[in-house]
Amino acid sequence: MIYGKTGFAVAAALAFAITGGVAQAAKTDIVVGLQLEPPHLDPTGAAAGAIDQVVYSNVFEGLTRFASDGSIVPGLAKSWEISDDGLTYIFQLNEGVTFHDGSAMDAEDVKFSLDRARAEDSTNAQKPLFADIASVEVMDPMSVKVTLSKQNGSFLFNMAWGDAVIVAPESIADIKTKPVGTGPFVLSNWVQGDRIELARNPDYWGEAVSLEKATFKFIPDPTAAFAAVMAEDVNAFMAFPAPENLPQFDADPRFKVLVGSTEGETILAINNKMPPFDNVKVREAIAHAIDRQAIIDGAMFGYGTPIGTHFAPHNPAYLDLTANSAYDPEKSKALLAEAGFADGITTTLKLPPPSYARRGGEIIASQLKAVGITVEISNLEWAQWLEQVFRGKDFGLSIVSHTEPMDIGIYGREDYYFQYGKPEFQALMADLDASTDPAERTSILQAAQTMISEDYVNAYLFQLANTGVANMKIEGLWANAPTQAIDLTGVSWTD
Amino acid sequence: MTAFDTSSNEASVLRQVLRSRSLIIGLVLSAVFIGAALVSYVWTPFDAEALNIPTKLKTPDAVHWFGTDHFGRDIFSMIMVGARTSIAVALIAVGIGILLGVPLGLASAARSGGWLDEVIMRGNDLVFAFPALLIAIMITAVFGPSAVNAIIAIGIFNIPVFARLSRGSALSLWTRDYVLSARVAGKGALRISIEHILPNIMNLLIVQGTIQFSLGILAEAGLSYVGLGAQPPIPSWGRMLADSQTLITLAPHMALFPGFAILLTVLGLNLMGDGLRDLLDPRLRNARR
Amino acid sequence: MLRYTLKRLLSLSVSLLVASIVIFVTIEVVPGDPAFYMLGFNAQPDTIAALREELGLNVSAFQRYVNWVSGMLTGDFGTSYTYRTPVADMIGDRMWISLPLALYALLLSTLIAFPAGILAASKRGSVADTLVMGTTQLGVAIPNFWFAMLMVLVFAINLRWFSAGGFPGWDGGFWLAVKALTLPAISLALPQASILARVMRSALLDTLGEDFVRSARAKGLTRRQALWRHALRNAMIPVLTIIGLQFSFLLAGAIIIENVFFLPGLGRLVFQSISQRDLIVVESVVMLLVFAVVIVNFSVDLAYALVDPRLRRRS
Repeated sequence: MIYGKTGFAVAAALAFAITGGVAQAAKTDIVVGLQLEPPHLDPTGAAAGAIDQVVYSNVFEGLTRFASDGSIVPGLAKSWEISDDGLTYIFQLNEGVTFHDGSAMDAEDVKFSLDRARAEDSTNAQKPLFADIASVEVMDPMSVKVTLSKQNGSFLFNMAWGDAVIVAPESIADIKTKPVGTGPFVLSNWVQGDRIELARNPDYWGEAVSLEKATFKFIPDPTAAFAAVMAEDVNAFMAFPAPENLPQFDADPRFKVLVGSTEGETILAINNKMPPFDNVKVREAIAHAIDRQAIIDGAMFGYGTPIGTHFAPHNPAYLDLTANSAYDPEKSKALLAEAGFADGITTTLKLPPPSYARRGGEIIASQLKAVGITVEISNLEWAQWLEQVFRGKDFGLSIVSHTEPMDIGIYGREDYYFQYGKPEFQALMADLDASTDPAERTSILQAAQTMISEDYVNAYLFQLANTGVANMKIEGLWANAPTQAIDLTGVSWTD
Repeated sequence: MTAFDTSSNEASVLRQVLRSRSLIIGLVLSAVFIGAALVSYVWTPFDAEALNIPTKLKTPDAVHWFGTDHFGRDIFSMIMVGARTSIAVALIAVGIGILLGVPLGLASAARSGGWLDEVIMRGNDLVFAFPALLIAIMITAVFGPSAVNAIIAIGIFNIPVFARLSRGSALSLWTRDYVLSARVAGKGALRISIEHILPNIMNLLIVQGTIQFSLGILAEAGLSYVGLGAQPPIPSWGRMLADSQTLITLAPHMALFPGFAILLTVLGLNLMGDGLRDLLDPRLRNARR
Repeated sequence: MLRYTLKRLLSLSVSLLVASIVIFVTIEVVPGDPAFYMLGFNAQPDTIAALREELGLNVSAFQRYVNWVSGMLTGDFGTSYTYRTPVADMIGDRMWISLPLALYALLLSTLIAFPAGILAASKRGSVADTLVMGTTQLGVAIPNFWFAMLMVLVFAINLRWFSAGGFPGWDGGFWLAVKALTLPAISLALPQASILARVMRSALLDTLGEDFVRSARAKGLTRRQALWRHALRNAMIPVLTIIGLQFSFLLAGAIIIENVFFLPGLGRLVFQSISQRDLIVVESVVMLLVFAVVIVNFSVDLAYALVDPRLRRRS
């Protein structure tokens, strides 16, 4: 009896020690909730931000990469030399890099990837990033020479995009479902419609990651997302779709809320070629009719930074031009009368699905109504929006967040959906491309910001905030989103 | 069909009272919501479309009887105006079903066994076979979301309901003596259908119409909940529920009032349908699903 | 019987052909280019053209229709534009959620409806009857997505008995999977159970009024005995018909519920595919659902005709 009892006690103590020990070791797996599921996993073959969210830095890497503050740091290229004329880039690659299939990553793969992206039959959604490349040459297995056809001050920046990652030639056939990259995680399972599981890559060339397993769970419905966080079905939810829930998470000791910046300039886009919006007075009237703070409070529950031009406020070259379009309904009415529309205007407001657009649209509609502009709201799916607004230019007003980094250049394109393309602006962009001097670039960028602000091309609303929620014990998630990435390389549990 | 169902005589007096009580409850509930819809044309406590961000998410009090939503709009006023949307969509959808379905059903019965009958009935089966919500989504994908498209989507699925109902009851009427004598008298199928058949199935159509009306309200709520119904700023109950979703723990009143509005309206119409059925056609008392 | 069967089979084939044309044409006129959708804002026209080529979108609509139908006849549903995986595999995967969910909901609905319907019919006019009828009135009137929202609030967020949604997969353990489907199944089952209970009740009352039951009662059976021995069996025909219809409804009608509980089922697949303009998936899934319903109807008709020879002559 006595032996029996002791034996039992020892076993129990042992069991306790074992389980206790396990519980004390930090967790090494994470479940991250995301709103959208990527259609496939080839970042070089589609525009979907959801692809980058899952694979950028985790599965695939490029020559350069974005750091969490938006700066460009070395990626697969450990260093580079730029010729004096700015036309030749020589990249030195890191040694010992292998793809997930075990094959070595070398200069041939870089040449292949860049040539594939700029080829005639390329389906790269950001093909313009590669437009200035004249040739890519392999100098030796660890160095590549890229020659540009003209100077491009943002070439290294371009190479950091998810669309410019290095892929293995032999993996292309199946890349959409079986991505083979060089990153610290490998794809282990994809239950379509539900989740993607990544496992640690034991042969990773760089600093080892602390997570062994990462699961991305796709929950499109904002309510379901809220419920999933509250029920702790997910450990973190990045780009959380319902800002109204964040204060609740913040008040809950289990969670912390991450608020950072994104590259998303949210604008009320105006069809500049469609009467009466071809009249700058009418556009100015719209700008003064809008109370940005009411939109940020009402649609985004306070998350977001007012902007007065199409530029990210966290960028050093940003100019605060919000005063150009201060909220002033009386001035707005006066401008409308001056333009000959004292009786008001009726137009369309076409809104894509995100809540910033749908909610913002309702608020803007009521603000515009107050100055005599009646808008008819129509809520569209993305496919319809792309077809009608973006391609068909069949709209008066629309709300959309332009999430590409450094995309002020779109104002130079005459055929871009809001149809500005003023020659003076195009000249500024040409100067910018030709310039590599930081001070000169800043002054050109500021001139460009001022021009579009004073021309009231669009009504600039706010910079979209990057909002996420995570378990208190998770460290290392990016608060900012310089690109649509959920970089897990630095993520760990604290206990 | 002329034989009376004697088992219904067993029904106690109490049961009759209960039955009529359901009719009364149904009438009252329906009247409340139809009344609210009508009154909203001339008066609401607040402008249902007026945004007032500083007073958002107020819980119910003496000023805002049902509280305010995330834009500071008065929920009571929105529910009144929303009743208008729901009722209009459902009513017109039922109208489409009756106007198209009944002639099809009557024609089918008049040509029973013929190719026309076959085509109409197979067509009916086919419409029934399509998943309704998916069709609504597809219609919206083609024409964009609007109240009109919600009406069409709901209306299409009402057509076979009325076609089947009128065919079924017309078929049995065609064997009646008075119809046979009308045929002998040389009346055509069209005249017989209009003069003899239609008046005799009117009660059935009214009862079915009430039921389809309530289903239509439920369907409209579902469609606007997924964003396919009336577009903002026009208030609609389904969209109010959709808006309330992420705020349900913060402002439960946003989810409760529109939900109860739908529930009570549909309940009222169903009870009214039941009561009407008993009143108009005692033989069918047992057939109610 | 053979002639009747052949006739029905012919009309079934015609129905399916018409359905395939209707589906294809409807989806063809849906505006929006899948290639453009995938490539986004910065895509250049030549890139879009290259992708359309890759997806096989630049052949004529008629040719695509022929390819689609002939493919389906051999079990090849084509390849999804966005996921780039065979549509048949995708449907197969999603079926493992939608089918069990539909069956689960049906089971719950039957388990609730049968006792409730029988109780109401056997004690017609009693308090129990009134209670059952009143509850079913509520069950029919409640919007099921609202009911689902409230259940998530109570059972997942507040009580935390269930997870808020999602599906762990069948490999994760049978009971875990069943648990994940429980709240969705209840939301789906509630209105169905209400309808079924009412059908059950009225079917029982109808058969109780029929001659053979009345003569059985004249021979001394109590109302209760008559109900259990005779009426129940005969009431099964309308009840089973409704169950059959409900099943096909549940298979496709769970879109909203699948969204509330983020279940990767068939309904959500179609919903998502429509918004991504993954048209081939939409076409194939809708066709499959229509096919299922048409086949169920056909079998029901055939079963009726076997039971009741008059039907054969009439149709």
